[in-house]
Amino acid sequence: MYKLESKNANVFYGASQALTDINLAIHSHTVTALIGPSGCGKSTYLRLFNRMNDLIDGIKITGQVLIDGQDIYAKGVNVDALRKKTGMVFQKPNPFPKTIFENVAYGLRVNGITDAKFIEERVETSIKQVVLWDEVKDKLKKSAFELSGGQQQRLCIARALAIQPSIILMDEPTSALDPISTAKVEELIHELKAKYTIVVVTHNMQQAGRISDSTAFFYLGELVEYNTTKEIFTNPKNQRTQNYITGRFG
Amino acid sequence: MRTFIKKFSEKFIEGLLMLSSSVTSLTVVLIVFFLFKEGLGVFDKTAVEEGFVIAINKNNSVTELSSEEIKNIYDQKIISWSEVRGKKDSIFLFRLEDISNFYTDEQIGENFELLPLRLSSIVDSFPNIIAFFPEKYLDKNFKGKELHADKVSLSEFFMGEEWFPTAHPSAQLGVKPLILGTLWVSLGAILLALPLGLAAAIYMSEIAKENVRRFMKPLIELLAGIPSVVYGFFGLVIIVPLIQKTFGVAVGETGLAGSIILGIMALPTIITISEDAMRNTPRAMKEASLALGASKWQTIYRVVIPYSISGISAGAILGIGRAIGETMAVLMVTGNAAVIPHSILEPMRTIPATIAAELGEAPYGGLHYKALFALGCILFIITLFINLTVEFVSNRKKFNKH
Repeated sequence: MYKLESKNANVFYGASQALTDINLAIHSHTVTALIGPSGCGKSTYLRLFNRMNDLIDGIKITGQVLIDGQDIYAKGVNVDALRKKTGMVFQKPNPFPKTIFENVAYGLRVNGITDAKFIEERVETSIKQVVLWDEVKDKLKKSAFELSGGQQQRLCIARALAIQPSIILMDEPTSALDPISTAKVEELIHELKAKYTIVVVTHNMQQAGRISDSTAFFYLGELVEYNTTKEIFTNPKNQRTQNYITGRFG
Repeated sequence: MRTFIKKFSEKFIEGLLMLSSSVTSLTVVLIVFFLFKEGLGVFDKTAVEEGFVIAINKNNSVTELSSEEIKNIYDQKIISWSEVRGKKDSIFLFRLEDISNFYTDEQIGENFELLPLRLSSIVDSFPNIIAFFPEKYLDKNFKGKELHADKVSLSEFFMGEEWFPTAHPSAQLGVKPLILGTLWVSLGAILLALPLGLAAAIYMSEIAKENVRRFMKPLIELLAGIPSVVYGFFGLVIIVPLIQKTFGVAVGETGLAGSIILGIMALPTIITISEDAMRNTPRAMKEASLALGASKWQTIYRVVIPYSISGISAGAILGIGRAIGETMAVLMVTGNAAVIPHSILEPMRTIPATIAAELGEAPYGGLHYKALFALGCILFIITLFINLTVEFVSNRKKFNKH
């Protein structure tokens, strides 16, 4: 059984169609890169898996989106509970206006956990997972805004890990970071693969090549090609894929 | 040549801009200077009306009386000299019109030319007398003792519990009832307006659909454009009778009526400023919260409100500022009794309402006039303090959020 799957998924923003008949299946414990030029629908697709698109007025979604074989758009699905299963990391670091500790504890608190000791342990584990512990252990009570951009982004990943999701969705997680911070986050993605299923939207072709097992190329709301990363980059089947990865457009 | 003209016109425009801004600043400074010059003048005046004297018998051991004591003597609340550090003897009040009880018109003289002499001997013959009469009738060889009234003191001004600037022979200038009235009415207003305004702001920024918001926002902003006298009229006709009926009080013109009207007037400020602040919460931050499984409400009170708290406080403080300085509506509905309030259901009088109501009848340059300017100074200091607080609160935002 696939971890994530979509069957004939269509997304409409009002009259315009953002995604057309996307069929894609993702195995667990892999890193999948979604690539394509701006406006190709890759972020929209990513956001199908935690129903973040629901927030947009006038959106219409058809087809099936499955997590662990369950249709997450079926009637009666608890969206808050679904989102707890999927951690999300955004384009720009977006810590809350709270302390470093409270940022990571946030997901636990909103899900009704009050056991202070448990929260403390989970916060520490999560920050250690993103290799930030040594940098912040002495200033957990300080505002998260005092961290650098790269540290903030790793904190945001820790925040997503704290609720122990099985899936991590990343929407261009390094586009606002410097090269060193980017390298740290990429390394982290590599390590997290053992425990989580990761889907990464990226603009950066080299990054997709470095971190992902499979790559899906989106163009104008369609899934053009989906294959192992190696195949896509060395032997693309589709002319448009080849043009894109060789930098002829995009 | 062309470049010269261009340069010249640019310099000219620059100069014009500089001129208008300096004129504006200068005007503000001048107004403040004028306000304080007139206001502080009150401490240079005596509470006893100018051109009048208060005299006692020369054997009376009392050497000075505060303006409050003078008033209480003339109100016959103090009836014995022992109450004002004197001998145990009842006080004999003498006013100028009482002169006919002692002397006939002939004895005073056709043009009152003998009046100073007569007054002198009256004061001399009663050991327990206190007399109040115009200074021009003071005899050159006056045989009594003139009581020199002190200048209005700071403590009398701020701690005095009675505001009666036209009292004879000694004006009462206690601003405490007015300051308390102002604070009570404003506090009541903010207690009403803050929860309501915050709720409306949250609804408009986070919950309402775009088209609802587009309809509601201008409507609320319209509230700010209604003239305050219209609010006052509305309060007088609708709210005052309602309070009278609901609480069974004798008069509906109470502090509460003022609070309600001011609360309504402060609402647009609170709503628009805090709504703007909440809408400034980055979308990504809200999404991050939702993506962690937080519900919409959890996101609002755990992320949106903390993020926009400085904007919300600024809105609230500016709302208070509006309430404190408001004049017309308050004047119309609060009943304007200058007494220290004990309940919100009593008539109260605020500082701006006092100035507006009394300045017209205060003689230019007199004690009353100066006292009203001093009230203006107090109001100015309060609002200045409020504005500084807003400045501080919104600066704090910059430290917290890069």
